[in-house]
Amino acid sequence: MRTIYVLWLRQIKRYLRSKSRIVGSLGQPLLFMVALGFGFGPIFQKAGAGNYIEFLAPGIIAQGILFTAMFSGTEIIWDRQFGFLKETLVAPVSRMEIMIGRTIGGATIATLQGAIIFILSLLVGFKPSDISSVLSSFFVVFLIAILFTATGTAIASTLDDFQGFQLIMNFLIMPMFFLSGALFPLNNLPPFIINISKINPLTYGVDGLRATLTGSSHFGLKTDILILSIITSIVLAVGSYLFSKIEV
Amino acid sequence: MNQAVVVKNLTKKFGDFVAVNDISFSVDRGSIFAFLGPNGAGKSTTIKMLTTLLRPTSGEILVNGFNPLKDQDKTRKSFGIVFQDPSLDEELTALENMDFHGIIYGMENNLRKKRIEELLKIVELWEKRNLLVKTFSGGMKRRLEIARGLLHHPKIFFLDEPTLGLDPQTRNQIWEYIRKLNKNESITVFFSTHYMEEADKVADQIAIIDNGRIIIQGSSEKLKEKTKKKSLEDAFLSLTGKKIREEEASGIDRLRTRRQMWRGGRR
Ligand SMILES: Nc1ncnc2c1ncn2[C@@H]1O[C@H](COP(=O)(O)OP(=O)(O)OP(=O)(O)O)[C@@H](O)[C@H]1O
Ligand SMILES: [Mg+2]
Repeated sequence: MRTIYVLWLRQIKRYLRSKSRIVGSLGQPLLFMVALGFGFGPIFQKAGAGNYIEFLAPGIIAQGILFTAMFSGTEIIWDRQFGFLKETLVAPVSRMEIMIGRTIGGATIATLQGAIIFILSLLVGFKPSDISSVLSSFFVVFLIAILFTATGTAIASTLDDFQGFQLIMNFLIMPMFFLSGALFPLNNLPPFIINISKINPLTYGVDGLRATLTGSSHFGLKTDILILSIITSIVLAVGSYLFSKIEV
Repeated sequence: MNQAVVVKNLTKKFGDFVAVNDISFSVDRGSIFAFLGPNGAGKSTTIKMLTTLLRPTSGEILVNGFNPLKDQDKTRKSFGIVFQDPSLDEELTALENMDFHGIIYGMENNLRKKRIEELLKIVELWEKRNLLVKTFSGGMKRRLEIARGLLHHPKIFFLDEPTLGLDPQTRNQIWEYIRKLNKNESITVFFSTHYMEEADKVADQIAIIDNGRIIIQGSSEKLKEKTKKKSLEDAFLSLTGKKIREEEASGIDRLRTRRQMWRGGRR
């Protein structure tokens, strides 16, 4: 238990100390919200789809969580490069504990990041339907945060350098974001895009957030949570296995 | 149990390449043991197998009477280690690095705090305990790693090239601490180095490994006597040859190995 706590604490400390990382990772979501929100807002309205900021904000919050969580998960690559990973692997604790501590740490950071983006979205004009729904959205947020931290950890366990990280960024994170319904509604899209979205876990995260924050959703909150929970369990299991196989 | 380490017919292969080839040796409890050999001889690989980081391909190991494969956690609690490459979290302070270690090794709070203070004072970093490690010099980082490795009262201390890249002052100072701890806490010390005079000065026993095989073991005196040389360095050179290792490397296996080193597979 103390092992998990101290691993968690380490990540929180590192996060709070890297001011540039916090500010840097808020710039992008803010840009998306302002540029896309104000840019596409009028068209969206004209097409009779309602208020675009209302639609976009949950998507951008999900995106912020996705990026931060994936980044925290892949921090293993950094720890390997800087050698700190050996210090934990040689300690008398199980790999499972290390994996849990890291995942909860990364997920906490991603959740914080999500909360900050939520506050920024309020400044840009987002109005969530009511306060109680905001609290229930935290559950969805944490679920997405755990899922993608574990995904990052699983992938990073099989890589040993930074180049691999660029690949993940371009071929996994970006497509997941664009094809998740974060930016545009999934109704009336060509079937192949709909099918890709349906196997994209982020789609259910975005939809779940939208359900809790604005009350409208494509699949329904129960389906979203069920699917997210299943995928998260699978990824956690695979991630723990891959992490337990790391040799230094 | 008078032996801190017992190794029998230990072998490690990476693919077809044999990094450690059927070695056997033992280290007496309370002694200082030097593990010498040219670059790529298999020193770090052996240390990683002794410290549960790598699984041997075959052979037997006992560390403090524990089998590192079966009694992993008991083995881990019983040794401390300073790795060849740095292993500190540079974004944390010296004290935080120590605390992290003490907590994951399950040390009780008061004992941990007391021992941290004691060790940081020995390595002369107590005044700097609240500075981030990234602001430390190479020598300070090494001293911190030494203090950290000793925190949980290990019975054996593994040091893989602990004085690599340090100036003579710092090197002497580090050997001072280590000798003191070896005496006062009767810790067994197992170290590797490329500085022959260090091994000559501090080691009770020496083993020389080359191309994955141990070619000779004994005290410094015995090694000099056998090779009829005056210094340990000359003895070492006459035993391992003057050729630089990479030039000897031939064949696809070695090439593959080196490429893996580039990709970072060596860590
Ligand atoms: N993970 C690995 N995969 C493939 N080959 C490896 C791996 N680790 C080590 N080797 C190879 O095994 C051999 C022994 O390496 P090792 O690091 O044990 O040498 P060493 O004696 O510590 O050398 P040095 O003095 O340079 O530190 C080298 O040829 C090295 O390239
Ligand atoms: Mg080495």
